[in-house]
Amino acid sequence: MGPVAGTPTPRSPMNPVFVGEQLFNGFSIASILLLAAVGLALSFGLMRVINMAHGEMLMVAGYLTYLSSLWVPGPAYLLLAFPLAFAGTALLGALLEVSMIRRLYGRPLDTLLATWGVSLILQQAGRSLFGPTGVPVTAPAWLSGALQVWGLTIPHTRLFVIAVALAVLGGLAYLLTRTRFGMHVRAVNQGREVAQTLGVNTRQVDLLVFALGSGLAGIAGVALALLSPINPTVGQSYIVNAFLVVILGGIGSIAGTALSAAALGFFTAFTESITSVSLAKVLVLVLVVAFLQFRPRGFISARSRALEEAA
Amino acid sequence: MTPKRALLLALLLALALAPFYLSGYNLILVGRFLALAVVAIGISLIWGTTGILSLGQGLFFGLGAYALAMHLKLVSTPAGELPDFMVYNGVEALPWWWAPFANPAFALAAVLLLPALAAAALGWLMFRRRITGVYVSLITQALVLAFATLLIGSQGVTSGTNGITDYKTFLGLELRGPGFVNGLYWLTLAVVVGAYVGVKLLLKSHFGKLLVAIRDGENRVRFLGYDPAAYKIAAFAVGGLLAGVSGALFAVHVGTISPAMVGVIPSIEFVVWVALGGRESLGGAVLGIVAGNLIKDRVSSAYPEMWLYVMGLLFVLVVLGMPRGLAGWVKPWLERLSLPRRAAPPARVSGPERGEA
Repeated sequence: MGPVAGTPTPRSPMNPVFVGEQLFNGFSIASILLLAAVGLALSFGLMRVINMAHGEMLMVAGYLTYLSSLWVPGPAYLLLAFPLAFAGTALLGALLEVSMIRRLYGRPLDTLLATWGVSLILQQAGRSLFGPTGVPVTAPAWLSGALQVWGLTIPHTRLFVIAVALAVLGGLAYLLTRTRFGMHVRAVNQGREVAQTLGVNTRQVDLLVFALGSGLAGIAGVALALLSPINPTVGQSYIVNAFLVVILGGIGSIAGTALSAAALGFFTAFTESITSVSLAKVLVLVLVVAFLQFRPRGFISARSRALEEAA
Repeated sequence: MTPKRALLLALLLALALAPFYLSGYNLILVGRFLALAVVAIGISLIWGTTGILSLGQGLFFGLGAYALAMHLKLVSTPAGELPDFMVYNGVEALPWWWAPFANPAFALAAVLLLPALAAAALGWLMFRRRITGVYVSLITQALVLAFATLLIGSQGVTSGTNGITDYKTFLGLELRGPGFVNGLYWLTLAVVVGAYVGVKLLLKSHFGKLLVAIRDGENRVRFLGYDPAAYKIAAFAVGGLLAGVSGALFAVHVGTISPAMVGVIPSIEFVVWVALGGRESLGGAVLGIVAGNLIKDRVSSAYPEMWLYVMGLLFVLVVLGMPRGLAGWVKPWLERLSLPRRAAPPARVSGPERGEA
């Protein structure tokens, strides 16, 4: 997530090119964070399930992208990669839900440990099948160039990732607010028992939401594969930050997730530009913890008069 | 003597006599994992008893370990010279915050106080704001990530990924010298027993009962007029203290300490071994972390590719099938053994006041 390649620019807040670069970097980081976190926000928000294997869903999707680039020659492989990665990870998610998560409802801390076990298994599977070093996915020709505007150099791949993130956000907004399924999801989110009494099959909604969340991680994995090589531990490097985005945004709110991804993206870009990458990471993590002092429930939280959250 | 107590004593005896029947390498391994048992006792206290799942014990473990490692590094460096890694990184003067660690009393005090105070401060920030459950887990995980990143990033003063290594003496004793291995082993065992007994006494006290009450119904405790945050902060600080002591011992055992030993993954491994042994049982936590790491050592050196599969599967099966860990599984069996004795003399038990004791 370093600065966009291009001619070195003086690091000054008065230099419009520098500021523009950082703004674009912010957008770029935010889009990646959003893609990695939005699936988590869905399943964590609805089911209070901590899926530590979410990062490995990105990894699986990255490898599926790599495979489709081997199978389909030419730039058309992306047309295969997106549906393949989505379906593959959604199926994996559904399998996980049926075999494991379903038995652990109401024990969120236990889901954390069990899914951590799953993530270890998936990592080792990735290592056994594809080796410990990263496999590169070459972006198709129409994505390999860069855009020159106002002295800025903007790689097409990063623009593409931003577009994918916006598309996912739009699609999800449509699904949640305009469809019957979305209505059911929101109903279960606001009151599981009441939704159940009104005839919503909450178990089925849970299964579909978990599969959808995993599938969205699949989409994120395709986008990541375009930006950097995929290795067995790629998921580990995203999972902690993805959870921070979800907590900071507020449980159960996709808008909050988008907002917090944007905030973290811009903050990261600007601190990285004035300090080192590692110090910027530390500052971001500490800032989020400090922010939760003031708003323990994140940016956007559902108001509730319940004393204790239903598990 | 209950079967449980007999079992514990037999185990303690077996461990105390280990230097006489275990080969050098195995003794070193057991000693090293006993050092980790101290952090496990802390996790059992804050998680099993109080219900706070911290995925950031590596932070406190690391603070204790680095505090002692800095001292060991300074006393192993010839007077007037800088530690070798600082020279390699072009650092020209000893940073001011390194200097006091040359004093052994200061370093030992730092091992105890630094992690405890850090844990208390973090607990104060979280529990006062009623941040609970998975939020605590994820925040502590983020902080341990930040800690490891900071250690790696500031190479000049922490030696980065290599960690602080290559120390020779401790309190005038030569590390790896004759008798040192056995001495360190017994010291570690004594610390484990001390931590075990100390936490056990804590659990028997009023304070301990309140921790269990907070785990099972924090709001009810609040309505009874207690401030749960204060108790949670205190428990968390004790957990931090134990993690720091554990880290310091571990650093001496291994002879090095690096970010990879204190980061996100070791932190979660601590928790998982405790879960495997039984989070609600101190003995289970100790056994879990020692036996788990021994198995890990064997399997991962014999079948390096298989290890992550084995461990991953183990987590899943334990969480699904044995939510109370091995201890929860053994406990009813132990109780059945002691049941006949308790029920034997019914004649003298009379009056309701006995039953209520």
